[in-house]
Amino acid sequence: MISVLARLTGAAIILFARFITAVRAIWDGIEPVPRQRIYFANHASNGDTILIWTVLPPAIRTRTRPVAAADYWLQSPLRRFIGQDVLNTVLIDRRPDARNHDPMALILEAVDDGASLIIFPEGQRNATDAPLLPFKSGLYNISAARPQVDLVPVWIENLNSVMPKGKIIPIPLLCTVTFGAPIRAEPDEPREAFLTRAQEAVLALAPRPAEDQQ
Amino acid sequence: MTGPNGDFLFLLLGIGGILVLATTIGAILKHRIAPDGSNPTIENLNARIMAWWGMTALLAIAFLAGRTGVIILFAFCSFAALREFMTLTTKSAADHWPIAVAFFVVLPVQYYLIWIDWYGLYSIFIPVYVFLLLPIITVLQGDTRNVFIRISETQWALMICVFCASHVPALLTLQIDGYEGRNILLIAFLIVVVQLSDVLQYTWGKLIGKHKVAPALSPSKTWEGLVGGVASATMAGTALWWITPFTVWQAAAMSLAITLCGFFGGLVMSAIKRDRGVKDWGHLIAGHGGFIDRLDSVVFSAPIFFHLVRYYWSSV
Repeated sequence: MISVLARLTGAAIILFARFITAVRAIWDGIEPVPRQRIYFANHASNGDTILIWTVLPPAIRTRTRPVAAADYWLQSPLRRFIGQDVLNTVLIDRRPDARNHDPMALILEAVDDGASLIIFPEGQRNATDAPLLPFKSGLYNISAARPQVDLVPVWIENLNSVMPKGKIIPIPLLCTVTFGAPIRAEPDEPREAFLTRAQEAVLALAPRPAEDQQ
Repeated sequence: MTGPNGDFLFLLLGIGGILVLATTIGAILKHRIAPDGSNPTIENLNARIMAWWGMTALLAIAFLAGRTGVIILFAFCSFAALREFMTLTTKSAADHWPIAVAFFVVLPVQYYLIWIDWYGLYSIFIPVYVFLLLPIITVLQGDTRNVFIRISETQWALMICVFCASHVPALLTLQIDGYEGRNILLIAFLIVVVQLSDVLQYTWGKLIGKHKVAPALSPSKTWEGLVGGVASATMAGTALWWITPFTVWQAAAMSLAITLCGFFGGLVMSAIKRDRGVKDWGHLIAGHGGFIDRLDSVVFSAPIFFHLVRYYWSSV
């Protein structure tokens, strides 16, 4: 019963996301094949998780779990249902003093189960004018612990205009989600060097401003 | 085969036949010249043919659903076009509410007014009321940076994507003596002639085009394409006089008027695309443009066509 309801809700969410954004996936240097991957993306809007989830082909989507903040997704029964039953999120607590679990252990457990992940390495929504906030260490830690898994950079374009922080009604604008060539942490690559490389891989997928295209 | 249903079916069969022919030619060209899809002209042609199949199918379905179906269809077209247009306009965070109002209040109200056939209001609602009210909502948000550009571009988007586009279904509200129940054929006439003009301009341009009309605006529009396309589309429109309330010569004049409007509309829209540094308005079909790319000429000619018919033929 719950699973039927969850699938219907999932279909409704996808339909709504497409109605508002007409979102299109661009696979640039990588193919949409059902392999285990960790998708890491820029994060400027509450809808980011749902948008990536929407553009993934169904066969990939069912095996992909967004890593998300427990304090957000457990706030109400509806969010709990969408977060756990529809999106099948890996919920982690962002407050070190309040949590009773190790977030990295939960993430690695999901990876060892064979799931692909969606993560936002900035750790919070970017409300600044900078295109990207500095990445937290989590991405490096995951790649260092599971070096066999491909990390796929993702750029979400325009969703922050559709649904900026603090707004409830989304405005309809076209969005794209660009997936780039995968990276991995090299065996003896320093943390900072890897995180810089990962940030550059995401930024490289952002469309250039109009002036440059002339 | 008399009455509106017979004529429409006949027209539909004719279009279907032409599309089958076009699809076959497209497939043969692709097979002969570039089976791997490496020839952009052939790919573009085949994408256009696919888009026409879609348009024809949608129009046929909308016709079966009647006046309400046509109005809903064009309301969704307006929505998709406005979504593309607003993606490229100048915006700030303060415009969230004005833009939400444009999509979720202005657009439905305009089509509702057409549905209840309130000509006096739907013909001034966006040009007068929205023109004055939306800037008020915008400036009350308190952000003055680029405010003149922001309100102008939002208004322009609404005029093109909602106001002008809504004049296609508004053709159904005209009352023409001796033409009762056949207004859907006016829509078919408008769309068929303007779309034919688009493709014939493209074809003539590809075949013999040499002298560019406006190289600063569009590299693909040539004088040969323009004259050949407009002339042959006008002849096709003239040959369709039997589905309209027009005489043969009137059908020719109307065809000429709407094909020219469509041509210049295309020029205006490609100038805007150039300014924004994009090749296409959207990504309706991956790599082959959006709604506005396919409908720009229809949108520009619809209000002119509507008012010409209303002034000279309508009894109200």
